[in-house]
Amino acid sequence: MIVVVNGVERKLADGVTVGELLVVLGVSGAGIAVAVDGEVVPRAGHASTVVRAGAVVEVLTAVQGG
Amino acid sequence: MDDPLVIADREYASRLITGTGGASNLAVLERALVASGTELTTVSLRRVDVAGGTGILEVLRRLGIDPLPNTAGCRTAAEAVLTARLAREALGTNWIKLEVIADDRTLLPDPVELLDAAKTLVDDGFVVLPYTNDDPVLALRLEESGCAAVMPLGSPIGTGLGIRNPHNIELIVARAAVPVILDAGIGTASDAALAMELGCAAVLLATAVTRAADPEKMATAMRAAVQAGRLARSAGRIPQRFWAQASSPPR
Repeated sequence: MIVVVNGVERKLADGVTVGELLVVLGVSGAGIAVAVDGEVVPRAGHASTVVRAGAVVEVLTAVQGG
Repeated sequence: MDDPLVIADREYASRLITGTGGASNLAVLERALVASGTELTTVSLRRVDVAGGTGILEVLRRLGIDPLPNTAGCRTAAEAVLTARLAREALGTNWIKLEVIADDRTLLPDPVELLDAAKTLVDDGFVVLPYTNDDPVLALRLEESGCAAVMPLGSPIGTGLGIRNPHNIELIVARAAVPVILDAGIGTASDAALAMELGCAAVLLATAVTRAADPEKMATAMRAAVQAGRLARSAGRIPQRFWAQASSPPR
């Protein structure tokens, strides 16, 4: 299935969870936040939240700014 | 702690809040942060770079500086609210510097979207510090909506034009029951001192330090300016006169 992650289309296995997606991306859970289709997915829900085909996923972290 | 800055449930000895944007590298930024004496510093939220993070949070943790996430770049209340919620998740803080920008040329706040976002975030349990226009009416409305401080601009972000309407800042200070933090437009130390002389509780600046030729030295200057302005405000300045008044005895 195709999922849009940070603006880029990615081919992922059906039934992939947010937690598994983060492993694929190579980012750890600390200091990051995930939104799926405009809703925050709390850290406690990463392992249980399944990403569906066509979802828009944003993975953000703190950078220098302001 | 003598004369602390009190925002919501926190106290800070330093009245200088800094940003982290614009520094050429983390080592330069770290030296400037240390020199500034700041205890609260803004960070932005952006898409992760798979090549690796920027390490800014690690620097702040090491220096014992609280991170203040912002919603820089957001154009609508909805965007700002989502960004604030993501920041809370990523950083584990319910404090947010709320920015809702109207356009890229002026980077001025959009007052309608700003007030809307502030209300939503206050209801959601955030400690909201809104970056606002130097509008005394809007400042009151933000305070009434439950914001923990109001942060009027001196002039547009990154311009270094200083405080273009000092009377408006004084009007905001005169009616505010929450801390007023001068945010944006500071160019040099005298601007920061003026903000404090006008009665602001703190100054928030970034570019003036991070893009100075010597950021560490400018951070030192800003620290001293904020302290000098605060002292002058509390010392009670003499009234301004048209004609001279001799300070030596007549004979």
